[in-house]
Amino acid sequence: MNTHGADAPARGPFRTCPTTGLQVHNDADNLIKANAVAATVALLVGGLTAILVLLTRWQAVHLLDAEMFYRVLTIHGMNMLIFFILFFEMAVLYFASAVILNSRVAAPKVGWGAFGLMVLGTLMVEWTMFTGRADVLFTSYVPLRAHPLFYLGVILFAVGALTVVSIFFATLVVAKRERTYTGSVPLVTFGAITAAIIAVITLVHGAAIYIPTFFWSLGMMNVDPQVYRLVWWGLGHSSQQINVAAMVSIWYLLGALTVGAVVVSEKVSRTAFVLYVGFISMASAHHLLVDPGFGSAWKVVNTSYFMYMAVLASMLHGFTVPAGVELGMRLRGFTQGIFGWLRRAPWGDPGFSSLWLSVVIFGFVGGITGVTFGTEQINIIAHNTLRIPGHFHATVVSGTAMAFMGITYYVIPLIFRKKVAFYGMARWQPYVFSIGMLIFSMCMTFAGSFGIPRRHWDITFAGAPFDVPYSPAVNLVMGVMAIGGLLAAVGGGMYILITVWSVFFGKPLGAEASKAALEGSVPPGVYNRPFLQIPADDTEVKEHGWMGMMPGTMILVIVFLVAFIVYYFANWKLLSFVWKVG
Amino acid sequence: MYTTGVTSPQGVWWKPAHKSEKIWFTISFIWCLILFAMMPFWHFKGGQNPSGIRAKVNPADYQARVTQFIQDYRVGTENGIPVVAPPAGSDVYLLGQMWAWTPILQLEEGAEYTLHLSSIDLNHGFNLYPFNVNFQVVPGYDYGLRVTPTEAGDYRIVCNEFCGVGHHLMVGKVIVTESTDASGGDR
Ligand code: HEM
Ligand SMILES: [Cu+2]
Ligand SMILES: [Cu+2]
Repeated sequence: MNTHGADAPARGPFRTCPTTGLQVHNDADNLIKANAVAATVALLVGGLTAILVLLTRWQAVHLLDAEMFYRVLTIHGMNMLIFFILFFEMAVLYFASAVILNSRVAAPKVGWGAFGLMVLGTLMVEWTMFTGRADVLFTSYVPLRAHPLFYLGVILFAVGALTVVSIFFATLVVAKRERTYTGSVPLVTFGAITAAIIAVITLVHGAAIYIPTFFWSLGMMNVDPQVYRLVWWGLGHSSQQINVAAMVSIWYLLGALTVGAVVVSEKVSRTAFVLYVGFISMASAHHLLVDPGFGSAWKVVNTSYFMYMAVLASMLHGFTVPAGVELGMRLRGFTQGIFGWLRRAPWGDPGFSSLWLSVVIFGFVGGITGVTFGTEQINIIAHNTLRIPGHFHATVVSGTAMAFMGITYYVIPLIFRKKVAFYGMARWQPYVFSIGMLIFSMCMTFAGSFGIPRRHWDITFAGAPFDVPYSPAVNLVMGVMAIGGLLAAVGGGMYILITVWSVFFGKPLGAEASKAALEGSVPPGVYNRPFLQIPADDTEVKEHGWMGMMPGTMILVIVFLVAFIVYYFANWKLLSFVWKVG
Repeated sequence: MYTTGVTSPQGVWWKPAHKSEKIWFTISFIWCLILFAMMPFWHFKGGQNPSGIRAKVNPADYQARVTQFIQDYRVGTENGIPVVAPPAGSDVYLLGQMWAWTPILQLEEGAEYTLHLSSIDLNHGFNLYPFNVNFQVVPGYDYGLRVTPTEAGDYRIVCNEFCGVGHHLMVGKVIVTESTDASGGDR
């Protein structure tokens, strides 16, 4: 990506991107487009169902009836967590291999086959869900039973995804053999490799559970409910680790593209990625901490990924990503004070604001709540309450989905070769989505601490044999939650409008595109190529005390740690008030 | 020369970390050890652990045990559901079933009981209102938790694992009476 000037001749099936000088293989182009479009369709379905679910949980509106609520909730979970996220990740894999390494895609025809398989699987699952044949929520806990095509659809989808992962690895080999780059693969590709390895492990768990369950749904064998939960979460939680690795890779990518963030130390960042791989299968335990099937020693060792090594990895990235931004900017002359670089950062570039919002909300809300709720005993006061969806809407939505949205503003000009439509709106989109999501997930978490159950149609319990009079504060909190959720939905709608309009009706980027012509419709990182401007002389940023060259980041992470400690121990305190149990 | 996330490092990239990275690594590592140590620590010093006595159980056997339990200690009926007052220190059986918790339990403040949870159909979720105590109820598995109600009062059990369209109807009840002192904690 870095080595080719704008004047490099196009070779064969490649085109040279007129704005960045990237060599882009046509197959990579098209496969990225197809997967990105499929992801957006899933996001649309997931977003519309989100609004219906939200308006039902908002007890003042209580839109759907019970049966529809669970059906629509199933559709929301599957479309968002499985179809949107995974289709997008397929696009990321093509980008991180073929595009970043200037390579052709190995076996593009197989890539199209895999795409077809994934679409077919998706359609099967959608059909069963929409026709009421799979009201089982995305976890489909046995012995809840869905139509066999629901399980078969998931299996086909997973086989397709696994094929794309194989193509990704094959493309790496091709790039290496054809010498499309020199030295080691860039950090972003390295991160994508870890995501892909985790994906393989995850999909193996997926096969191990969905294939027996498929046969079970045909009445051909038995599946133990507890074993199902164990293996299913081997899939369900490990796949969140794919999302984290993909998201962190995109953080580095967005940092590089928007402000020319540097990698402070390749060793630290890469080691942190490797830590994700090592302990991944253990994560299933997070969901089984108050299950009857497992003993405490197993729970303690597994839930902590053997002493929190994956948490350590995330904490390292949480430092190195902002540190890279800070140092990158200082190297370019933004050296005033401790936070001068942050103040003068391009907050109007939707790529940059997404990056920053994603890092901050993922860390402060998603990360802190996740580690706290994933503690063996604290899980007693969190399991299956709204604290859980509150937590993961701050990780996989405010973190991963936000990062994916941010990179789209670069994918549109770089891959689709279109100007970003409604650029004025695009500047606002990350803030609207992210602030809405922040309010939504914090209120959900708070409501959950009153014991409000997740996945629940009616917390007034009309018709139940006993009343459950929740504190009136809950109504208020869930009202605010609904407003936050609607704001996020507006942000999601803005995103879909911008991307669909840009791709289908957007102005093409001409080959002659000059900086002046691009301004106001394309993120500045595209025509300002920040990563080429690192001065050789960095003496100006060298003289500092123990906080080193990144004092701003050091202060930010210490604030983070304090918040973490306070929240964590506050929860132990809360736990100590409940009934004695052992 | 620095690389960015999209540039290929040339030569060896295994170079010493920056000092501030080392500092943050050390702090984070220590914090992770504390996070880890808190869990075993709470097993020794804390009052709330999800350990329990755990066993596989045939759903039909479990149901029979619950029926026996109700027969032994029944003291009344409320809303058509039997109310059961087991002696302090005894084994208490609660059954989750679409969409009811059986029976209603009458316990004594400060006394320890072994509360067994299981289901005879789907997964259910045990959520104690208003204290927000949660356990997973899995068919085929008996989760025997030693619980001590710390406060007298009127409690509810809300199902918080999706169990079909009647999920929201699945509310049970626990009554905790004031301690009669002498027998409190008696086994
Ligand atoms: C506009 C944005 C969104 C809103 C307003 C929203 C709202 C909601 C609501 C109200 C629930 C139900 C919580 C419950 O009753 O337990 C829910 C569940 C869920 N959401 Fe979202 N959501 C949004 C975006 C997303 C995205 C982008 C993802 C994934 C990438 C996602 C993944 C999930 C999952 C996995 C569940 C759990 C479903 C289940 O418990 O079966 N959501 N969401
Ligand atoms: Cu239930
Ligand atoms: Cu239920």
